[in-house]
Amino acid sequence: MPEIMAYPPTRRRTETFSYLPQMTPEKVAKQIAYIIARGWNPAIEHTEPEKSFSNYWYLWKLPFFGTQSVEQVMAELEACHRANPGHHVRLIAYDNFAQSQGLAFVVYRAGGR
Amino acid sequence: MDREERPVAAKTYQAGVKDYAKTYWTPDYIPLDTDLLAVFKVVAQPGVPREEAAAAVAAESSTGTWTTVWTDLLTDLEYYKGRAYRIEPVPGDANAFYAFVAYPLDLFEEGSVVNVLTSLVGNVFGFKAVRSLRLEDLRFPLAYVKTCGGPPHGIQVERDRLNKYGRPLLGCTIKPKLGLSAKNYGRAVYEALRGGLDFTKDDENVNSQPFMRWQHRFEFVMEAVKKAEAETGERKGHYLNVTAPTPEEMYKRAEFAKQLGAPIIMHDFLTAGFTANTGLANWCRENGMLLHIHRAMHAVIDRNPMHGIHFRVLAKCLRLSGGDHLHAGTVVGKLEGDREATLGWIDIMREPFVQENRRRGIFFDQDWGSMPGMFPVASGGIHVWHIPALVAIFGDDSVLQFGGGTLGHPWGNAAGAHANRVALEACVEARNQGRPVEREGREILSEAAKHSPELAVAMEIWKEVKFEFDVVDKLDMAKH
Repeated sequence: MPEIMAYPPTRRRTETFSYLPQMTPEKVAKQIAYIIARGWNPAIEHTEPEKSFSNYWYLWKLPFFGTQSVEQVMAELEACHRANPGHHVRLIAYDNFAQSQGLAFVVYRAGGR
Repeated sequence: MDREERPVAAKTYQAGVKDYAKTYWTPDYIPLDTDLLAVFKVVAQPGVPREEAAAAVAAESSTGTWTTVWTDLLTDLEYYKGRAYRIEPVPGDANAFYAFVAYPLDLFEEGSVVNVLTSLVGNVFGFKAVRSLRLEDLRFPLAYVKTCGGPPHGIQVERDRLNKYGRPLLGCTIKPKLGLSAKNYGRAVYEALRGGLDFTKDDENVNSQPFMRWQHRFEFVMEAVKKAEAETGERKGHYLNVTAPTPEEMYKRAEFAKQLGAPIIMHDFLTAGFTANTGLANWCRENGMLLHIHRAMHAVIDRNPMHGIHFRVLAKCLRLSGGDHLHAGTVVGKLEGDREATLGWIDIMREPFVQENRRRGIFFDQDWGSMPGMFPVASGGIHVWHIPALVAIFGDDSVLQFGGGTLGHPWGNAAGAHANRVALEACVEARNQGRPVEREGREILSEAAKHSPELAVAMEIWKEVKFEFDVVDKLDMAKH
């Protein structure tokens, strides 16, 4: 039996995928490809980390309705991050049939962890 | 039939017993869209013809009784009677057959699952002419579905309220299930939630016993939930069990949960009954409270393949009565559940329209109209090694609950919760990348464990635990 390890003080998290290491650009691109293949519409939101509990983050431009380009979404994520360096930047997949989000996860974590 | 066309007073009263089949076996009948349809698995007594047994089931579950009575002639029984309209053999069983029965809509009170079940699985199940009887499936006409309240919120609303997208939700039942004080219980909740779970759950046995009265539990638990939410920045909940000895007491507990800011409460729909459940679901809808449904006593009713009610019927009834979550078995854990049959009833819980699919035990098309879907809950003897299979079987719209699989972690609840969350997110990420998660489960978890000592330890401790017993209630299709 391994030695008992103390679980550290709780860290702030950002829901889906926030217990995995921050994704590399290649891994993010695969998730975008999945979103597009499912017929969902990618969108980007960002916020100051202290306001992250709210339902409503700042919407970056408009959802990229109908886009088939992983590169376009990657470029927009980067542009949003550059314009808002201290913010969480979240990728969203709007599913208009379920009227829900098929996926949502923070791509750029404020503080970089 | 058009009433204008019928001859007046065509029947005369003749006392006595006549064969059920004369009135209730109608093989030429084409069911109406508004009929409630049922299929029973019947084993008749020796010497009773199948048509007679099927007709007897139709009669005893609708307008008939054992003898003719003069008051039959005061109404239009042709309009009100149930009709056995089809018989089919049961694959792999020479003694049993399926009897299909159509019931006119007017036999049932609107919005009352209680009334439907009282008719369909009432006296007829003790009827001597049949050796055994099982209600295998029901088709509720859309006209009836629209009279029922259904899930208070449903999957889509719950996701929005809790801000959880693109993955199954994670829960944990607090153990030991009996005997903890309220403060110690709240500690277990806090640890599991801060470690990464979305929900913790009262065990179904926990109501308001001397060791932990419900008010104290609710207060300590909600402090734990709020603290974990503030620390993680994620939304959390604990299913506060409001199952109680009386409806009055149940509502008192629900009101207190709301006052404390709880997002979700829970109820046991079979032991408490459909009347209590439907009332509570209505309360939840009006009060913005999510409703988790446990199913204690279901196996008494649904496990025997020859007698009782199939779980898919109980699941349909619960969707009509109301619940946002319903326990659905795991396929892979310690509790009974065949894979194809489970896929059938999780469709029944979640989908807007379910097609007949005999390979999954579904006998009828079922149109749910706009009624919301429920999250199926997989719970019972599952741990990190099961997560790849659970993600493959249940998909995103599910709640995966690890009790022992969280609290039994060698480093405690927070580490156990963390391990489950990492394993789940790794499997979802891999699935989205197009990897076959079930086949590559070992590699996916091993890669994820490189970044999570909590997961590595969980994988080590539970690597040998399997529950490979054959299921008792197999699909009839799978037997031959």
